[in-house]
Amino acid sequence: MNKNIIKQLAQIAGKEAVLHTPEDLAVYSYDGSFEEHSPDVVVLPQSNEQVSQIAKLANSENIPLVTRGMASGLTAASVPFSGGITLSLTRMNQILEIDPVNRTVHVQAGVITAILQATVEEQGLFYPPDPSSIRHSTIGGNIACNAGGPRCLKYGVTGNYVLGLTTVLADGRILTTGGKVIKDVVGYDLTALLTGSEGTLGIITEALLRLTAKPKFRRTALVEFESIDEASQTVNAILSSGVVPATLEIIDQTAIECIEAAFHLDLPLDVEALLLIETDGMTEASVQEEILLVGEIAREIGARDVSTAKSETERANLWQARRSVSSALARKAPNKLGEDITVPRSAIPESIRRLRKISKKFGLPLVIFGHAGDGNLHPNILFDKRNPQQWQTVQEMVAEEFNIALDLGGTLSGEHGVGTLKRPYMEQALGPLSIEIQRGIKKVLDPKNILNPGKIFPQP
Amino acid sequence: MLARKGLQGELTFNSNLVEQMYACFDCLACNQVCPVGIRPANLALAVRAIEEQERPVIWKKVVFEKFLSKSEKMDLATWPLRLYRQMGKLLTAQLGDMAAMLPPIPERTLHQNLPEVTPADGESQYKAGFFLGCAQNLLFAEDSAATVRVLAANHCTITAPKEIVCCGMPARGYGRHDLLMKHARHNIEIFERSDVEVIITDCATCGSTLKEYGKLLADDPEWAERSAEFSSKVKDISEFLVSIPLKKPKNQINARVTYHDPCHLNRGQGVMEQPRQLLQMIDGLEFVEMADSDWCCGSAGSQLITHYETSLKVLNRKMDNIEATGADYIASGCPGCQMQLNVGVQKRGLSAQVTHPIKLLDWAYGHRDKDHE
Repeated sequence: MNKNIIKQLAQIAGKEAVLHTPEDLAVYSYDGSFEEHSPDVVVLPQSNEQVSQIAKLANSENIPLVTRGMASGLTAASVPFSGGITLSLTRMNQILEIDPVNRTVHVQAGVITAILQATVEEQGLFYPPDPSSIRHSTIGGNIACNAGGPRCLKYGVTGNYVLGLTTVLADGRILTTGGKVIKDVVGYDLTALLTGSEGTLGIITEALLRLTAKPKFRRTALVEFESIDEASQTVNAILSSGVVPATLEIIDQTAIECIEAAFHLDLPLDVEALLLIETDGMTEASVQEEILLVGEIAREIGARDVSTAKSETERANLWQARRSVSSALARKAPNKLGEDITVPRSAIPESIRRLRKISKKFGLPLVIFGHAGDGNLHPNILFDKRNPQQWQTVQEMVAEEFNIALDLGGTLSGEHGVGTLKRPYMEQALGPLSIEIQRGIKKVLDPKNILNPGKIFPQP
Repeated sequence: MLARKGLQGELTFNSNLVEQMYACFDCLACNQVCPVGIRPANLALAVRAIEEQERPVIWKKVVFEKFLSKSEKMDLATWPLRLYRQMGKLLTAQLGDMAAMLPPIPERTLHQNLPEVTPADGESQYKAGFFLGCAQNLLFAEDSAATVRVLAANHCTITAPKEIVCCGMPARGYGRHDLLMKHARHNIEIFERSDVEVIITDCATCGSTLKEYGKLLADDPEWAERSAEFSSKVKDISEFLVSIPLKKPKNQINARVTYHDPCHLNRGQGVMEQPRQLLQMIDGLEFVEMADSDWCCGSAGSQLITHYETSLKVLNRKMDNIEATGADYIASGCPGCQMQLNVGVQKRGLSAQVTHPIKLLDWAYGHRDKDHE
């Protein structure tokens, strides 16, 4: 990177906020996927004003500008393949205001989501979205990728909680959208447009989030199935019964093995699948009643055993294990490709049947876990990227996964986003007209294509 | 990432990369949480060792080879430490904080005072070896004297071989893995000469290192079995005491006590409940848990010296949690933690005293010393 640019960046953000040694760049070169590419320089700004000046500089010099939080994403969306400036917002980590009457919280983008949750919970408030990376991912990253998580079954995804944003545009202008009102139909919904835009339309620096009341009680059940098909039928049966659990997670046998190897929780290794189900609410009686009903339904369909967590520690252990499944798979193979296809709930059993066939057909292990309750599944293919033949097979398998999702009326991604990994399938999923409109929107907001270039859209 | 790129030749092991490895506090939190089973803390130590082979540093040779490798030389360190403790007050903030780490330096080390064999009070039921760590010997001789008294009171005959050397962790921390292995073999050999059923230490770091000897020497045909045998005998003092029928302490200690988990005892050895159990045996003692008692205090042996700012940040978080308990005593069975917590106590002007849990038990058994009226 040009020395003059580094000097200007240091003038804007301070010398200590600019990193450019090869070692520094290396640690900013990857995310939660297997992709890697170093930026030319990393800047850690501390204010909207600094971000604005950095954007102005990048725009006038035509330098790629890739924003990131903790880079826990799974689609390479924050990997700077074109080099340029990586903008890490982790030092903008203040919770600016909690408003208990309007039930909102105003935060900077770099706040760690788990810290945000814990802080509002101290006041009896609740921020529900809970991506598995919650303990290290930032709220800004969650918003930029419209992250999900287990609880989204009952409570909805990140985007359902974003009331307003402060966004620095490509040319450095600062845009404020939304506000504390619950209803707002004035003009296009730019807040919704920016949510999930993966850093390609603007740099989200602050957010105003909607909160709810914290549920007072919860019960967690672990349900064992000798047949994964029965497990997925149970998911539909529970949802049709009228109970809306907070979470309804499925974990298959290989995933259970990985959890056991990492955490030794005495989970059964001789079942094809587990469902991890949690009910929550404001009265103990209703929460208890719901979990009992869930257990009855599961037993009717063929569950071998239903057990409920006896203590908060037991519950916390189960959830830590569930959150760690994705990483724990690395015990089985050097690389994994995890997708997050989502199908309509009615198609959950069929999608799992078809996914299992892919593994048989191609011979590479395919692990299934995920948020069964909202049809959002994480088929993870285990492989060794150093083996070119395996890599070829993986790509064929992924194409089939997407075909299944689309064929069943579903979508490529429920919560991870596109990044570069799902780029090739965008046109198949959305059609050329939608892509054309989206490219047009990108052009209006970022005419020089400096913001996270090369992401989301299929290469021309 | 850095270690991998270094080993693959994409980056060089230059000073910037190696510094990242020295920035690690070896608190083992990452080792514990990694669902994949990667041990980043061990990786940091391994890279330090690679660097040290490529570019050996003289001072490390002096300190670790000439000094910590020889049991008798250790004792010579007391007078410069005493001098430094006095002078520190006149120096800069950091040097002052470093001096504040030091407890009152004993006139004589325990190594000079402790007999090779201490008989049990009454009938001898256990043949216990005692591994006297360097920091315990030099700086916390009173704690280890208490350990020996409590063991004797509970029917242990204690054998403390004079010829043992440092456990090897300080050398390992500075990249001298070779010395760690050398010390391991030496210490194993020394304890093989005495007939003991258990090898006890009251230093968290010594304990975690001694327990690792078996793993470190597993691939050495001559030493694999011997080191495994040695490590299987090693127990932290609290771990051993709660495993035997323990004499009930007769004296009350009317004080509020909190406990800080040393990283190398909690994550390093999985010993969490035992020290708490010992403290809760004492009548009158009000035990209060601090928030996040298992968070590192920022000591890591010498991080206050080498990484002053980070070390103080970590300490501050710890001290906030300690202050909230309003404790009169902060118990922690690790000399590194004790020194660091002493800095925190002095910086904040607290009246709380930092102590080894064993010392409180020793008092409750009736021993009196000048610190405790």
